Amino acid sequence: MLRFIALRLVKAAVILIAIVTLNFFLIHAAPGDPAAVMAGEAGAADEIFLQQLKEQFGLDKPLLTQLGIYLAGVVQLDLGFSYRQQMPVAELIWDRLPATLLLTTAAFVISLVLGTLAGVLASARVGKWSDTLISTVALLFYATPLYWAALMAVLLFSVQLNWLPGFGYETVGGNYTGFARVLDIAQHLILPASTLGLFFMAVYMRMTRASMLEVSTLDFVKTARAKGLKPGLIQRRHIFRNAMLPVVTLAGLQAGQLVGGAVLTETVFAWPGIGRLMFDALAQRDYNVLLGVFFVSAAMVLLFNLVTDILYRVVDPRIRAS
Amino acid sequence: MRDFWSRFKRNRGAVAGLAILVIVVAVAALAPVLFPQSPWKMVQRPFLPPLTMDALPLGTDALGRNVLSGLAYGAQVSLLIGLVSTVVSLLIGIPIGALAGYFGGWVDDGLMRFTEFFQTVPNFALAIVLVAIFEPSVQSIIGAIAIVSWPPVARLVRGEVLSLRSREYVEAAILSGQKNSTIILRQILPNTLSPIIVLASLMVATAILLESSLSFLGLGDPNLMSWGYMIGAARTVIRQAWWLSFFPGFAILMTVLALNLIGEGLNDALNPRLSRKGK
Repeated sequence: MLRFIALRLVKAAVILIAIVTLNFFLIHAAPGDPAAVMAGEAGAADEIFLQQLKEQFGLDKPLLTQLGIYLAGVVQLDLGFSYRQQMPVAELIWDRLPATLLLTTAAFVISLVLGTLAGVLASARVGKWSDTLISTVALLFYATPLYWAALMAVLLFSVQLNWLPGFGYETVGGNYTGFARVLDIAQHLILPASTLGLFFMAVYMRMTRASMLEVSTLDFVKTARAKGLKPGLIQRRHIFRNAMLPVVTLAGLQAGQLVGGAVLTETVFAWPGIGRLMFDALAQRDYNVLLGVFFVSAAMVLLFNLVTDILYRVVDPRIRAS
Repeated sequence: MRDFWSRFKRNRGAVAGLAILVIVVAVAALAPVLFPQSPWKMVQRPFLPPLTMDALPLGTDALGRNVLSGLAYGAQVSLLIGLVSTVVSLLIGIPIGALAGYFGGWVDDGLMRFTEFFQTVPNFALAIVLVAIFEPSVQSIIGAIAIVSWPPVARLVRGEVLSLRSREYVEAAILSGQKNSTIILRQILPNTLSPIIVLASLMVATAILLESSLSFLGLGDPNLMSWGYMIGAARTVIRQAWWLSFFPGFAILMTVLALNLIGEGLNDALNPRLSRKGK
């Protein structure tokens, strides 16, 4: 197990270095000389300042040396400086990360729980109207643009019905503390988290349904039926447990991808996370922030993958043995 | 061919999807005829609600532009970018997958690590970064979508080639002294066509979603009216003018749904042995 984890860590580290290298070359591909871009962002483009910047960031050195400097910086969690916001990028991201983690975790839980539940329900009633309904909803969710679902949810649940807040992280000027604050944030969380989870909910529904149906044709299930076990018990203990294996793999792969979707959700709901930070950086062409957020979301994907790989070995004894 | 069609039309969803797609394609093709004026042109007062004027059934946007005309021209952009970026993804993914599957060994190892890298990187975030850095244009958007979309193609083709490679007819071709390139292009790839077609139809749907998301964030080609751009521009006025974001989003939903349904129908028709359970 330890050897396995060590191997996976090395692999993750290699991918991270590759991403940093990609980032480095993307900065160089950005229009204009990086120093000029930075100087422009700082609002001063005279020769002396340019030269200063070049020396400070080693831009007068050969490309490979620059890459080395850049890599060393990232290792020390230095993701560059945002001249627009007059703050180090790492600090900007660090401030916003908790909001994004809260949003993506909530979306992940909502989509996984509701998606698998609906999938199980549909598989238990194949061909009946409830199966048709669930499968149709899954098809629709699967084709809905995330940001559009978010806008429509705002329109329906906060503008028309006035049930839930459709803007921000907590009530501005509410000054809630303790439990009241938690409740306030939770209310603000419902719409963004459910719309962000919509697509994956559809994926889990379809996958769970298909997987349940596939497992239910296997021999050990027939044996269980022949033994006279109650259908509900077979459904829960025999079929569900085995059907969940592919779903776990998928969940690990996609948990990290939620961060990408967060850019859209956070933009619509003015959620103060790194997605919103990325959107603002886009409008200002703040490349350092853009690449910083990209790097952090990639790191999160790697982390999620690592966790699922380990979980998978814990859950499935067959993999542990081999 | 007739066999294929009879299997395809047994799937009612797929037929419905095909009908929707035909409508979307027709609207896209006829856009310049139906709406000779540029979709960017101001035609009436801003924020005209739908169904208030016969000539403007879907009303006007914040700058008094015809929403229906925008939708028609947006269909062109969605279909064009969806189709071309999928073709580019296939052009990247098929050779990589074929080489990896055919040669195996270190070629396979290297190419698959490369593929894995692009599969791990968060798709949408990479697409955003690429389009932002290379400046939004049709080319950069197509390129970015293709770069984040090819890995599944490579993996699929690799798997197919791997299993075909050990077939007797391929071994016979090797023994008869055919060149590797001939074997791959003439003997193996034609047999991987069905799953590639199914995957490609689903990829067009994903590409349309991706393009619209990029345009929504302001990363669309500034010269083209696209559905995502329309919704992005309407985002801040959603409380006053619901129709500005509703209709383009509905158009995206229907188009993507149609393509997904067609993909499932193609899967049933082209791979009858693998057709889905529980039907």
